[in-house]
Amino acid sequence: MEALEQPAAAAPQGEVGRSRERVEDDALLRGAGRYGDDLAVPPGTLHAAVLRSPHAHADIRSVDVTRALAVSGVHTVLTGEDVRNWAAPFPVGVREPMEHWCLAVDRVRYVGEPVAVVVAEDRYAAEDALGLVDVDYGLLSPAVDAEAAAAPEAAVLHEGVGSNVVSERHFHYGEPEDAFAAADHHVSLKVRYPRNSCTPIECYVVLASYDVAAGAYDVSANFQGPFALHSVMARALQVPAPRLRLRTPADSGGSFGIKQGVFPYVVLMALAARKAGAPVKWVEDRLEHLQAASSATNRVSTIEAAVTAEGRVTALRYDQLDDCGAYLRAPEPATFYRMHGTLTGAYDIRHLAVRNRVVLTNKTPTGLNRGFGGPQVYYALERLMQHIAATLGLDPLTVIRRNLVPPEAFPYRAPAGSLLDSGDYPAAVELAERDGGLAELRERRDAARREGRYYGIGFCAAVEPSISNMGYITTVMTPEERRKAGPKNGAVSTATVSVDPLGAVSVHVSSTPQGQGHRTVAAQVVADVLGVPFESVTVNVELDTQKDAWSIASGNYSSRFSGAVAGAVHKAATRVRDRLAGIAAGPLGVAPETVRFAGGRVHAGADDGSASMSFHRVAGAVHWAPGTLPEGEPGGLRETAFWTPPELAAPDEGDHINSSLCYGFVFDYCGVEIDPVTGAVRIDRYVTLHDPGRILNPQLVDGQVRGGFAQGLGAALMEEFAYGDDGSFLAGTLADYLIPTSMEVPEPVILHMETPSPFTPLGAKGVGEGNNMSTPVCIANAVADALGRADIELPLTPARVRGVIGIDEPEPPAGLEPAAAPRGGGSGLRASDSVTMPAPPETVFHRMLEPATLAAIIPGCHELEATGENAYRADVTVGVGMIRARYEARITLSELDPPHSLRLSGVGESAMGSAEGSARVRLTALDDGGTRLDYDYEAAVGGKVAAVGARMLQGAARVIIGQIFTRLAAELGGGQPSWWRRLADRLRGLVGRGGGRS
Amino acid sequence: MKPAAFDYARPATRREAIELLAGAQGEARVLAGGQSLMAVLNMRLAEPALVIDITGIDELHYIEERDGALCVGAATRQAELAAHPGLAERVPLVAQALPWVGHFQTRNRGTVCGSVAHADPSAELPLCLATLGGEVVLEGRRGRPRVVPAASFFQGVLTTDRAPGELITEVRFPLAQAQTQYRFTEVAMRHGDFAIVALAAAIRGEQVDLGVGGVADRPVVRTLPAGDGLDEALNEFAWALGAEDDAHATAAYRRTLVRELGRQLITEARPC
Amino acid sequence: MLKIEANDSHRVTLTLNGRERSGNARPRTLLSDFLRHELGATGTHVGCEHGVCGACTVRVDGVASRACLMLAVQADGRRVDTVEGLAGDDGPLSDLQAAFRRHHALQCGFCTAGILNSCADFLGRERDPSEAQVRDMLSGHLCRCTGYTGIVRAVLEVAAQRREQRQEERDDV
Repeated sequence: MEALEQPAAAAPQGEVGRSRERVEDDALLRGAGRYGDDLAVPPGTLHAAVLRSPHAHADIRSVDVTRALAVSGVHTVLTGEDVRNWAAPFPVGVREPMEHWCLAVDRVRYVGEPVAVVVAEDRYAAEDALGLVDVDYGLLSPAVDAEAAAAPEAAVLHEGVGSNVVSERHFHYGEPEDAFAAADHHVSLKVRYPRNSCTPIECYVVLASYDVAAGAYDVSANFQGPFALHSVMARALQVPAPRLRLRTPADSGGSFGIKQGVFPYVVLMALAARKAGAPVKWVEDRLEHLQAASSATNRVSTIEAAVTAEGRVTALRYDQLDDCGAYLRAPEPATFYRMHGTLTGAYDIRHLAVRNRVVLTNKTPTGLNRGFGGPQVYYALERLMQHIAATLGLDPLTVIRRNLVPPEAFPYRAPAGSLLDSGDYPAAVELAERDGGLAELRERRDAARREGRYYGIGFCAAVEPSISNMGYITTVMTPEERRKAGPKNGAVSTATVSVDPLGAVSVHVSSTPQGQGHRTVAAQVVADVLGVPFESVTVNVELDTQKDAWSIASGNYSSRFSGAVAGAVHKAATRVRDRLAGIAAGPLGVAPETVRFAGGRVHAGADDGSASMSFHRVAGAVHWAPGTLPEGEPGGLRETAFWTPPELAAPDEGDHINSSLCYGFVFDYCGVEIDPVTGAVRIDRYVTLHDPGRILNPQLVDGQVRGGFAQGLGAALMEEFAYGDDGSFLAGTLADYLIPTSMEVPEPVILHMETPSPFTPLGAKGVGEGNNMSTPVCIANAVADALGRADIELPLTPARVRGVIGIDEPEPPAGLEPAAAPRGGGSGLRASDSVTMPAPPETVFHRMLEPATLAAIIPGCHELEATGENAYRADVTVGVGMIRARYEARITLSELDPPHSLRLSGVGESAMGSAEGSARVRLTALDDGGTRLDYDYEAAVGGKVAAVGARMLQGAARVIIGQIFTRLAAELGGGQPSWWRRLADRLRGLVGRGGGRS
Repeated sequence: MKPAAFDYARPATRREAIELLAGAQGEARVLAGGQSLMAVLNMRLAEPALVIDITGIDELHYIEERDGALCVGAATRQAELAAHPGLAERVPLVAQALPWVGHFQTRNRGTVCGSVAHADPSAELPLCLATLGGEVVLEGRRGRPRVVPAASFFQGVLTTDRAPGELITEVRFPLAQAQTQYRFTEVAMRHGDFAIVALAAAIRGEQVDLGVGGVADRPVVRTLPAGDGLDEALNEFAWALGAEDDAHATAAYRRTLVRELGRQLITEARPC
Repeated sequence: MLKIEANDSHRVTLTLNGRERSGNARPRTLLSDFLRHELGATGTHVGCEHGVCGACTVRVDGVASRACLMLAVQADGRRVDTVEGLAGDDGPLSDLQAAFRRHHALQCGFCTAGILNSCADFLGRERDPSEAQVRDMLSGHLCRCTGYTGIVRAVLEVAAQRREQRQEERDDV
């Protein structure tokens, strides 16, 4: 992808607005960061490993920890029974009878759900014992697909609720029916947004201890907020909030929303520490993280627009189904309501009807994920805008332009309640069109198309909300329910600025950054206010709920730093400044209002030549000489500011909700070319324009844009948490869950505009999430344009794109038709084969019923013991290549029809997960006195093996099951593949080098 | 994700390594580059009693030409082979394929023989070995070393002709033949990922040996006409591979790539 | 031949960033864990423990390697260089580290240590790398924050600076 010259901005006067190199970087570049796993631990700290469910849906009949406790180094095992004794289920956002505990107490509802915690002297020993916790599961049918799970006949996860649909709300704004009745066109689209995650490179870390005397828990965790969840954790631990001391480390290895989901593990490890009587540390590993940490909500949307002949949209109708996984974990169903006020996007559409349904399925619970709620909404809305253009034969940009909120309308109240604070959308679009070179891209597209190549251009206009209203989630309740519960609203941010006896300035913010450079920007803001050098300001971002100022909105989410937290910093610093001005006014002989702070000095007036005192001298007086201070000045210098915007009201009786304080504007377009053979999507150019209000540090803003773009690109092209039909998780490693690398991420053309927000102290808005919202759909629109098709689906993998282009296969040659048996989805494995036995069917049949034969033919079978007629239990070690798994298996022979057919079945559990298989065996006498044994098998593999080995399961199953029957033939004294098989091989011509598939 | 306990041995000679392996009754694993084995151990997908580290065996650390083949010892890293002077002329197919093998960092430690031993059906080096008609040298406690043609060495997913007590001591890549062009290409989800389809071709005149990885349960090679009849032959080959769906690609897509990319690869290499 | 029983502790002595250090490891102890928890060199980060993310990349005898795919006992007697050694104690940042800071090539910094080690090895071998080569080398690392732009720019800039420096040194001679 080629780069464009980007216009340089004028250099700002003060610190704010400058691309300061970050104060964070020196330590991080030297390896001196202090992340969760780097913190010192108390002497005697033990280490935890979590036993997780291999099943998507099962009752827990019993948990036996006897064997696990016998492992050297193991101290204790926390089970559901302990959790029931000491804790309570987490509070849930909707009023339905369902319980979510930090550990499964009676039923598991997703693969990876915690079932027990082993605590040992080190992590190695803890893992040694995981496989020795004996759990007896009673399998239940899973509900996996969102739409199927919402149907009445689906297996129900929470029986008390009686349905998997745990929330359904209808909303109505304006007169959508009238608008649809009057419209020239109705255009609709059904889209699916997949499960994915912004997956930080650092996983969860928790270090917990329990003070038995005080009945208090002390926990360090790389939690990111919102600290409203502190209340959720304290309630689950059944302690008053001060008895859950929660601290966050100075550095965090990325979060992107995901580390909100560590909160159940804070509770879990607190309980493990209590059980162990010692501090307990847990470092989540990557396999745990991918399968069970958190996920974006997958959504099925049907969206319909009422459109005039000119392409003006007069009304929208959304029917949305959110799949929140196995439990409605706080703050869900926030994925819906974070965007609720903004469902009309950047458009002036006055009429809106919405149906929101939340369905639970046997998948990992969902939670915050950068862009939260935005990718889902814009994937529907902006795909629809593109589809409207395609349907009406209009240019997509024309349709966008005809519907944008006009600049004179700001602040603009959207029909569902968002108060769009500022912007000039048409000007932004024009700027992007000009400076991003849209005309040139169009020429390229036309040229490519003349040559028959697939080239498309996609657009996306998006409003990027920031600074969430803590009350938006209550929109899920009816007005009546809200009246009973009491109002929730606002977004309190916090900052403390203090000056020490030597005049050095310290700042503390409760914003728990994960790489965004909050320390740098806070120092820039304070340096400007106090007129001190940037380098002299020290910023601390660790948070300790027992000592620091915080509130429920504290934390790092909804891009709230630049608008809200930096504003609170400004407010606190201003208070310090005003006090110092009062102190300096006397000695300088001027009124406090004329005192000016610059260059490390306190000046009497505007002119640098005016009388002045050094900053540290003035500040020092509050510590060293409080007796000299003016009356009313209390001495000491530490100011904590809280700030909450009045615009963030609770939802009203009409369900209007201003879900966020600020609304930036993002306008993206891109040109893509698709390889007609491989289906690979190449980004030719990606242009992204942002209006994030006032820009505090341009380099950091661009960093946010690039990072969000890379994640959006991943969501568009490759990332997906795939599940099998049986609920098995299939993206268990970073070789299965595909994150873009430097080879896949092109450099976007970044353009800026600055329309300050009237609602934040510095005029800044959030900027961290826009591309997570805009990029997936922008690329999807370009692909839709290139292919002239509406039926595209994320992620746009090469195979999927090529499938849309069309695969017109020549017929298979005779004898090579693929097996007729359809394969099961996910980890479902099926195949057929045949082996010749050197004995008549009667002998073969008879021998298969003998335990000695079974023990000999089942690979790696030890200790086969009869448990009933034709029923056995055995230890079976199976494997391919270097991989081995030891299963405790139950083997049965059934459907006996001697000497014609029988069924051989096995079910096994191992530390690596569950496996089951069943083979139908048919025996046919051959002329030579032998037998042809045909078998068809179906197998399913769950747990870790399915999660990490999905790519090879089919082949591995073939190897292992094939072994059973070739061993049987060997036992009977032969072992040649059947004559027809050999013939088929010859026909296939696979006897040459490289061999075939016999 | 920590390995289960195992005994560790670092033999100094080939003989010692073979003795250990043969004495372990299938309960040992050979640690060479460790780029597959260590991940398997960390995930506890295997819990061997003994890990035999062969990285310190100098006599297995070599790249040499012998009897028309480039012979690579079991302790030789992929990066060392990539940097071997003249590789692009002596075994051009391997030179073309190596950049597709994992990443810079994993090639630094991963060994050539280790990749062959692991027999991942999508791996590039087994595909090259099969396409070129190379050989694998296996040594057990008794008897002479077995020299097994790649064609019979690869037997299925992660499954080979190696007996549990045998050590792969060497692989042999036949040197480039006159009048033959070698081509390698691959489609993967990301750079460095396991191939959805990998194609290796040795094209000489009117014939081509085409190897396909990532589709069947092992690399599969066929001799096809390079000119007339190529499309029919590719189609038959594509179907014969028995492609299956997985999370990242469908069977039809894999067959299509074999046909269409295979044609591209072969026709672009041939002078018009 | 060296043999260590599964539960025995072996004294591993290596040269960490130029200094001899030793500690105890069992056969199964991963090099990443040994560096972090036994030697206290926590600058090496662990992101996946299956060799994909690259966060734990260190240099063993100068060669960029995944520390999670090596046993501590394999590093016995070897030279291991980690991020802590890139700048001297109390010394200024190295050219590579300074370029990363200038180009905003890190945000959370968790993947950075591994990337710096790969770059240190790579730039020692490739003195005049193209952007494509740099991106190819970096593709063995996952960064979730930066979109890689700043990293690519920093590496290319350092390569260019070092080229100029060498040219100046030659001119001086």
